[in-house]
Amino acid sequence: MTIDRRSAPFALWGRLMSSAPGSRRQRGARTETVTAYLFMSPWLVGTVVFLIGPLLFSIYMSFTDWSFTSSQPDWIGTANYERMLTDDYRFWLSLKITGLYLLISVPVYTVVGLLGALLLNMKVRGIAAFRTLLFLPSVLSGVAVAVLWVQLLNPETGVLNTLLRALGVTDPPSWFLDPDWAVPAMVLTNSWTIIGGGAIIYLAGLQNIDPALYESASLDGAGFFRRFISVTLPMLTPTLFFQLITTVIASFQIFDTAFTVGRGSSDNLLYFLVFMWQAAFRDGELGYGAALSMVLFVVGVIVVTVLIRTSDRWVFDENARKEK
Amino acid sequence: MSALSLRPGIRRSRGLYYGWIRPIGAAVIKYSLLIAASATVLLPLGWMLTVALKADGSTFFTNPVQWFPIDQFHWENFGRALFNPDQPFALYFFNTLWLEVFIVFGTVVSCALVAYPFARLTFPGRNFLFSIVILTMLIPWQGLMVPQFLLFYNLGWYGTNLPLIVPSFAGSAFFVFLIRQYMRSIPLELDDAARLDGAGPFRIFWSVILPLAKPALTTCAVLTFLAVWSDLLGPIIYLTDDSQYTLAVGLSNFVSTQSNRTNLLMAANLITIIPVAIIYFFAQKQLIGGIASVGLKG
Repeated sequence: MTIDRRSAPFALWGRLMSSAPGSRRQRGARTETVTAYLFMSPWLVGTVVFLIGPLLFSIYMSFTDWSFTSSQPDWIGTANYERMLTDDYRFWLSLKITGLYLLISVPVYTVVGLLGALLLNMKVRGIAAFRTLLFLPSVLSGVAVAVLWVQLLNPETGVLNTLLRALGVTDPPSWFLDPDWAVPAMVLTNSWTIIGGGAIIYLAGLQNIDPALYESASLDGAGFFRRFISVTLPMLTPTLFFQLITTVIASFQIFDTAFTVGRGSSDNLLYFLVFMWQAAFRDGELGYGAALSMVLFVVGVIVVTVLIRTSDRWVFDENARKEK
Repeated sequence: MSALSLRPGIRRSRGLYYGWIRPIGAAVIKYSLLIAASATVLLPLGWMLTVALKADGSTFFTNPVQWFPIDQFHWENFGRALFNPDQPFALYFFNTLWLEVFIVFGTVVSCALVAYPFARLTFPGRNFLFSIVILTMLIPWQGLMVPQFLLFYNLGWYGTNLPLIVPSFAGSAFFVFLIRQYMRSIPLELDDAARLDGAGPFRIFWSVILPLAKPALTTCAVLTFLAVWSDLLGPIIYLTDDSQYTLAVGLSNFVSTQSNRTNLLMAANLITIIPVAIIYFFAQKQLIGGIASVGLKG
C-alpha cells in the first residue's frame, strides 16, 4: 500500500461507507455482539456525554444569552450571530489574522518542509542522528516555544534583530508588537516546530515512493531536477494536498503560542481560538462563545467534506490501481 | 548518484574528478546543509541555556550574540526556578506528572479496550460505529469547550483535575484508530487457537492481543504524555488555584509576571523542555511513526 499513513483514515472511510453491512463472516453472533459492545462501552458513553451531547447543547446555547453572571438564560434568537457578523470587530479581525497566517504559512511550511524532507532522505552516514536532532522541536510544547521566541524576537534586545542590525538593517520590525509583523512573527515561531513535523510526514511520503520509478527515470536520462518534477512531486501530491487541508484546520486551532505571547488580550495575536476564549471565559459570555464555536464546526465540516469527497483523487492507492 | 550506481563499472574508469573530487564535494555539500539545518535547532536551545546560567541583572542580550555558555555558570538558577515561592515550578512539575499518570493510563486502557472489537470481532453496526470514530477524529474538540465547561461546572468539577482526567477514560478516536490498525495486523489464527483452548474474548484480548499490540500502545502512551505536557487550554479553563497549575500554565503566567528575570524564565523553560527531550530520544521510533500518522500539531 502506497497510501500516506495520515491519509489512510479517509481512504478507509470511503471503503467502509461503500461496503455492504454484515457482509463479513458470521460466527458466534449473539454473544460476540454483547462482548463487543461491552468492550466499546467507555467510548460509546464518552462520545454521547462528552461530544455529541455538548455539540447539540451548544447549538441551543448559541441562541441564548447564557453567561456566568445570569442564572436564567433567555432565548435571544440569532442575536449572537448578528453581533458576531455585524457588531464585533474582533470576529472579522480574527478571521483576517487566521487567513493571513494561512496565506503566509502554507507556502513557507510546504517548501521548507519538503526541502527538509529531501535533505533527511539523503543516504549519508549519520543521517539518523540528524533526523533525531531536526525533529526535536516538533515535540516541544507550544508554551515553551513561545517563551523562547518572545525573547528571540524582542524588538530592542532580541537575537534576531541584533543579527539584522549587524547585517545593516537600520530599522528591523517590531515583530509581535507591530500589527503588520505579528503574523509573520507567528509563522516564524511556529515554523520552528511545525516544519519538523511536516518534514516527518513528507519523509514518510518520500520513502513510500517505489525506487524502481527513479531507476527507470534515470535510465531515460532524467537528471536530479527532472526526477524531482516528474517522479517525486506527482507521487507526493496526496501528502501535499492532505497537509494543505490540515493546515487550514490547524490554523483555526492556534492557541498556546498566541495566548502565551499576547496574554490572551493582544489584538495582534487574536487568533480564532484566542477570541473564543476571550468571549466565553474572560468575558463570561457563554452563549456568544457557543455561537463562535459553531463557526469552528462549520470550518471543520467543510474540511472533512472536502477530504472525503476528494479522497479517491489524492490518495494514491496501489490496490485500487491493480484492480482495474 | 543513483545513475552511477546503476553502472558500477564506470566509476573506476572516470579518473580523478569522478573518483575522488566529485564524491567528496557532494559529501561536503550534503553535510554543510545538514549542519546548517541543525544549527537552527541547536542555536536557540543553546542561547536559552546561556541565558539560564547567567547571574541576575547581567546583560542577557549581548551584541554579538552569545550562543552557548561562555563565562557564567550559575547552575543554582535551576534550583531557584524550581523553588521560587511565587512560581514554584517543582510543584507545577509534580502536578503535571500527577495528571499524566491518570490521563496516560486512562487513554491507553480505554483505547485498547475500544480498539479490540473493531479489530477482531464481528458484530452488527461495526462499520457504522467505526466511521463515527473516524469522523470524531476530525472534529476540532476545542469547539466544545463552552458546553463541556457547563457540564463539568454543574457536576461541581470546576477547579478540580476531574474535567481533564475523566474524558480520557472514554477513549480518543485517533488512538482507537491507531491501535485498531495495529491489532488487525496480528494473525487471526492466534485467536482461533486460543478459542480452541477454551479462552473467551476477554481472555484472548488480555493474553494474546494486548502483549502483541505493545508497540501501538507505547506510541499511544508517548503521544498522550506529550499532548498532556503541552496542554494549555484545558488547565487554564478548569484549574483555578495556583497550587494546581501545570507547567504549561505556570510558564505561561511567568512570561507576564516576571519578565525582567529572563534567566529564571529560561531556566524554567528548560525544566519543562528537558523531560520531553529525554522521552523523545528514548521513544523516537514510536514517536516519529506516530507523528507521521497523525501530524501531532497539525
